[in-house]
Amino acid sequence: MSVRRLHTEQPDSFAFTAENLTWAEGQIRKYPQGRKSSAVIPLLWRAQEQHGWLTEPAIRTVAEMLDMAPIRVLEVATFYTMYNLKPVGKHYVQVCGNISCMLRGSDELMQACEREIGPRDTINEDLDMSWTEVECAGACTNAPVVAIGDDYIEDLTGEKLAEIIGKIARGEAVKPGPQNGRHSSEPEGGATSLLNEEAIFEAWKAFSPKMPNEKAAEPELLADKHEELELIADAHDEPELLEDDHVEPVLLAEAPEGGADNLKLIKGVGPKLEGILHELGVYTFAQVAEWTPENVAWVDGRLKFKGRIARDGWIDQCKLLASGQETEFSKRTKKGDA
Amino acid sequence: MPKLTIDGIEIEVENGMTVLQACEEAGVEIPRFCYHERLSIAGNCRMCLVEIEKMPKLAASCAMPAGEGMVVHTRSDKVRRARNNVMEFQLINHPLDCPICDQGGECDLQDEAMAYGLGEGRFTEDKHAFEAKHMGPLIKTMMNRCIHCTRCVRFIAEIAGTEEMGATGRGGYTEIMTYLQSAITSELSGNVIDLCPVGALTSRPYAFSARPWELRKTESVDVMDAVGSNIRVDSRGAAVMRVMPRNHDDVNEEWLADRSRFIWDGLKSRRLDRPYVRKDGQLVEADWDEALALVAEKLKSTDGARIGAIAGDLCAAEEMFALKGLMAGLGAASLDCRQDGAALEPSAGRAGYLFNPGIAGIEEADALMLIGANPRRDAPVLNARIRKRWLRGGFEVGLIGENADLTYDTTHLGAGPDSLAALIDDENYAGQSEHPMVIVGADALARPDGAAVLALAAKFALKRGAIKPDWNGFAVLHNAASRVAGLDLGLTPGAGGQDAAAMVSGGVDVLYLLGADEIDMSGLGETFVIYQGSHGDAGAHRADVILPGAAYTEKDGIYVNTEGRAQSGRRAVMPPGEAREDWKIIRALSGALGAALPYDTLEELRAAMFQAAPVLAELDSVPQADAGAVQTLAGQGGSPSSEPFRGGANHYLVNPILRASKTMHDCVAASETEQEATGTDA
Amino acid sequence: MLSDQDRIFTNLYGFHDWRLEGALKRGVWDNTKALLARDQDGIIDEMKASGLRGRGGAGFPTGLKWSFMPKDPDADGRPNYLVVNADEGEPGTCKDREIMRHEPHRLIEGCLLAAYAMRAHAAYIYIRGEFIQERHHLEAAIAEAYEAGLIGKDSCGSGWAFDCYVHHGAGAYICGEETALIESLEGKKGMPRLKPPFPANSGLYGCPSTVNNVESIAVTGEILRRGGTWFAGLGRPNNTGTKIFGISGHVNKPCVVEEEMGVDLRELIETHCGGVRGGWDNLLAVIPGGSSVPCVPAEQCESLKMDFDGLLEVKSGLGTAAVIVMDKSTDIVRAIARLSAFYEHESCGQCTPCREGTGWMNRVMQRMATGSAHKHEIDMLLDVTKQVEGHTICALGDAAAWPIQGLVRHFRHVIEERIDEYTSNPADAPVAAE
Repeated sequence: MSVRRLHTEQPDSFAFTAENLTWAEGQIRKYPQGRKSSAVIPLLWRAQEQHGWLTEPAIRTVAEMLDMAPIRVLEVATFYTMYNLKPVGKHYVQVCGNISCMLRGSDELMQACEREIGPRDTINEDLDMSWTEVECAGACTNAPVVAIGDDYIEDLTGEKLAEIIGKIARGEAVKPGPQNGRHSSEPEGGATSLLNEEAIFEAWKAFSPKMPNEKAAEPELLADKHEELELIADAHDEPELLEDDHVEPVLLAEAPEGGADNLKLIKGVGPKLEGILHELGVYTFAQVAEWTPENVAWVDGRLKFKGRIARDGWIDQCKLLASGQETEFSKRTKKGDA
Repeated sequence: MPKLTIDGIEIEVENGMTVLQACEEAGVEIPRFCYHERLSIAGNCRMCLVEIEKMPKLAASCAMPAGEGMVVHTRSDKVRRARNNVMEFQLINHPLDCPICDQGGECDLQDEAMAYGLGEGRFTEDKHAFEAKHMGPLIKTMMNRCIHCTRCVRFIAEIAGTEEMGATGRGGYTEIMTYLQSAITSELSGNVIDLCPVGALTSRPYAFSARPWELRKTESVDVMDAVGSNIRVDSRGAAVMRVMPRNHDDVNEEWLADRSRFIWDGLKSRRLDRPYVRKDGQLVEADWDEALALVAEKLKSTDGARIGAIAGDLCAAEEMFALKGLMAGLGAASLDCRQDGAALEPSAGRAGYLFNPGIAGIEEADALMLIGANPRRDAPVLNARIRKRWLRGGFEVGLIGENADLTYDTTHLGAGPDSLAALIDDENYAGQSEHPMVIVGADALARPDGAAVLALAAKFALKRGAIKPDWNGFAVLHNAASRVAGLDLGLTPGAGGQDAAAMVSGGVDVLYLLGADEIDMSGLGETFVIYQGSHGDAGAHRADVILPGAAYTEKDGIYVNTEGRAQSGRRAVMPPGEAREDWKIIRALSGALGAALPYDTLEELRAAMFQAAPVLAELDSVPQADAGAVQTLAGQGGSPSSEPFRGGANHYLVNPILRASKTMHDCVAASETEQEATGTDA
Repeated sequence: MLSDQDRIFTNLYGFHDWRLEGALKRGVWDNTKALLARDQDGIIDEMKASGLRGRGGAGFPTGLKWSFMPKDPDADGRPNYLVVNADEGEPGTCKDREIMRHEPHRLIEGCLLAAYAMRAHAAYIYIRGEFIQERHHLEAAIAEAYEAGLIGKDSCGSGWAFDCYVHHGAGAYICGEETALIESLEGKKGMPRLKPPFPANSGLYGCPSTVNNVESIAVTGEILRRGGTWFAGLGRPNNTGTKIFGISGHVNKPCVVEEEMGVDLRELIETHCGGVRGGWDNLLAVIPGGSSVPCVPAEQCESLKMDFDGLLEVKSGLGTAAVIVMDKSTDIVRAIARLSAFYEHESCGQCTPCREGTGWMNRVMQRMATGSAHKHEIDMLLDVTKQVEGHTICALGDAAAWPIQGLVRHFRHVIEERIDEYTSNPADAPVAAE
């Protein structure tokens, strides 16, 4: 770092092109009312892009546009090192010299620049080129890198850089990015991750979010499977009570005032079964806890899965649940619930 | 009201105070460079770090709000070492300039290094070096010494309001400068010299001329404007070496306007150091007896009705009182202390010509109307107080007159009395403020229709609700240090007497000018002019007899500022050559007239003076003047012309001492042209 | 080691289309409306549950940070702001660059979700000035998002208004510090502010603001979709989730890769980077988290868990997970001296210890690099680093001090050898007269 000074020779004036002026006004609108000064960095940058380097009249012009005191804009122009306060070559090669690039050969790059262009921070008039050392460019895994214009040229060697300088001097196009064949920052020779196309393009579908009133993904998919299996398996395990012994339990026309209990907390009850219970008029643990065997038979008769109630011990579970206590199953279910 | 413990001392402080302020309350000194109680908090010097229990790192006490139950240690080992460390860092790039640095002897860096630093530094690298920066004729810069506290930047941005200084660059290569090294335009710029804790910013006119320990310090009062800024006159031998501000929270806080600060070179030039008498059209040196005899003879042989006296802008109360006594003895009623023709006079009451809310009272106002007033030009330090109030928000400022940049937003409502009249008649012009203030300035009053304008302004003030039982917002802004005392003493034409304008256009045959140079001498014709004053200016040039008087630094005198506050100026050095204290000259003259004034010492004069004008006896107080005066003024009516209020002369050159100052002329030149940097700091 | 199933950044290398069409194919913007229908504090709780810690280097719990924002900005009329720190300037770090140029939509969606959760209607993405192509990608993606109604007055049809702006810097590492970034956004020099007040109280334009790193925001969408527990299930408590590592320097194949938090260093290097140049035994030291953390010598890298706690144990830090690998060919003194030069260059100059201290440390380090020093200066230098540490307004002072402390702690002998070498060969040619 050294002192930051304006160039000793300055043009008389500066004005944005009509296009840049329109663009500048758009920039100012990105910020809230009365906060024009936020646009100072982009506007100074555009002024530099327009002219080639940042002149004093440009600083004053931007100050006027943003209602800022000139000294405040000068502070910004001198603080941020991307502003070139003196002319630089039309092609400005910025060589990163920080640690990752240094470890990967930035010394070589700088030697190449010295050979091909000349001493640093000095314009080679013939090539209209100059070079400088900059701090970490933020492309460390593609080191060593240089920035030329709007592009990063990466994975360089001294030789490759010399070639590129030659191309630029001849007006030929230069491919930006890695110069060793790799695409971006994947390991050279091929990526070691993200090889599973399915993981990239399909897996996300399983986590597709649902609106809150939609049924969320079943927390216990197993419970459903369990019910399905029961359809087949559970045939004649329990002696069936005769129709005459079925007694309708207490049923409700609709969920009580406090809301329905979460019947899925009962082991053996999945969403489908809960739905059926609701249709029958069963909403609360308390209701189930009160069932007599005759009640059980009545409900059983209306479910596809006979004997389930007894076998899974709904009543015992509901006795606990109704009094606000937890069962093993209810605890686990609650955890799994998203 | 948080309670906290500092070094074992329990203390309760106001809400919102910082730990540093709490420490000060507890009598615990905290070293600092960047903190200044009148500027925003920067927190960047890190010298004020203290240990607060339960906080993992040392805290910058200047920024840390004092919290309930905090336990603060300022003398622990950690803090001691931190202070050593910061001190070491401050000194590594600082040049060893003490022997040649003007700040030596009054340098915060020296003092704090002695108290809080180690004896040695370990830095052996090359130090950073920076070129001196041009900032104008008043501020000398040696930027090698800068410790980047940014007090100067903050002062210019916040208090002076001109946003001219900045810190460019980054890191250790940061440089404080103005844009393109232009001269600072702010009329308060000299204060950065006081604020700079090191010798980076020093007084250019004072450079290399004295060491602070050689100087004798005299507490006095400034007369370059009517603010009555408290000053300290530093003298060595017979010379005033410099003028520094003194703190007075209700008047100038700790600021001083540039023209008050850098005036001292004017005290040495164009001095009238002996009496002169005009013979055959030429002024010839004379001795006192001859000069006084000549004046006495002229006065005795002239009818009282054809004798007049005008007191200038820098007179102390004592000589004005003596002059009044002299004129009374001569039966002369033509007496005037308003050489600019300001339409102010004491008959309506004191509140009719005072800055009634007081300077500190500006901070309680919630709206302001400026009528023909440019406080930035006429009273820079008072203007800074207005800006201070404006920064807090909720303070609309309307302006009728010259649409000048006052360093705060104003709404320009018109150019002259017509606009004011329109506002009075405008039913829609809202007046919803509790404490509105109306400032009437010289541009409105120093004109033929000044009295009518004053009446209109009073009317406006009443309509606006500026007069309330507990608030008098009617403020007359004077621009002459002598004016209020002059009015208090009744130096206005008596019955049948003429005012200054009439006197200078042939209305009298003998005219006594007591330091009055701002009048148009061309209309004097054959009038015999006696000029008593300190400097050879327009008055002396026209005079027939010159009686050399003393400047304000050379006599004890009472001055009353625009608030009506009487303050005492003190003699720091003797007047040069044959010059004498002004009241003594008049007393001697009275003797030569055979009608000696009844006092032989300053005390006797003052006793008589206090009898005549008791308000002068109470020093440094502002007795509340009866607001009825404003009512009276409002009732006086009159019809103002449509002439817009004109702006005044360049504020650097408005009195003879200023005009004798090379520094002031340099300031004028700087403000008129873009000065290029001259390279090395010559 | 992470399986692709758990990788968030599915286009990290830009093999696939980064624009909206491509992003949609990879699940970005999938029913974001449903996420915006969730309870805002519920989202914050989810982020807390995920255990996500800031990916910008400081590692502050992200959910907790969001919870500091006022729940009702309308109460005092000061809007809440989300500010995204894309100033990626820490030497060794180049991960946010990949997110911005290859996954801009993931970032933008993350901004929308984060803003929604913290009751902000606007986000400013502050991207370093040098990242020009990255900025173009981001701006193009934002334009696409507006056009598709994904952001704007009625983001994704959720009713939540959200505007996203790109702002850029102009070459100042210090603008990566959150309050300096805010100052820069406001149009001033990037000088850090004193804290308190904290940004959540008074930030951008004096309004409550949260400044988050790009990666922290970009993973939000996936955390909300898969659940905080999924993220928390990776890594270990206090060090959860996935992390984009950037391995540079003396490995055979430097690269950026998303891995599980806590991955073993050697495994990381050997699986993805083709190992240390010249074999594992050729390793001299690594700087595990970007230049601001102390180096870790090879002996301590044998089994090194790459997460916050793992690196704290060896007196270093995870920082930005930018792993700078140095083999035995490295002139370690020169390398650290280069970092000292970096910190001097980047110091904003506000506070005394950093402004003066970074200059002092650099000058001494440069002499250490050539050997033109005295051995007692090593301890003096160490002392100076401790004078800077902890006394500054922001962490740049600490960052400048730590690499030197690491060097002296582990490689004092190298410095001393250099000094000995210089002492025995002080000049290139004889200088005293015959």
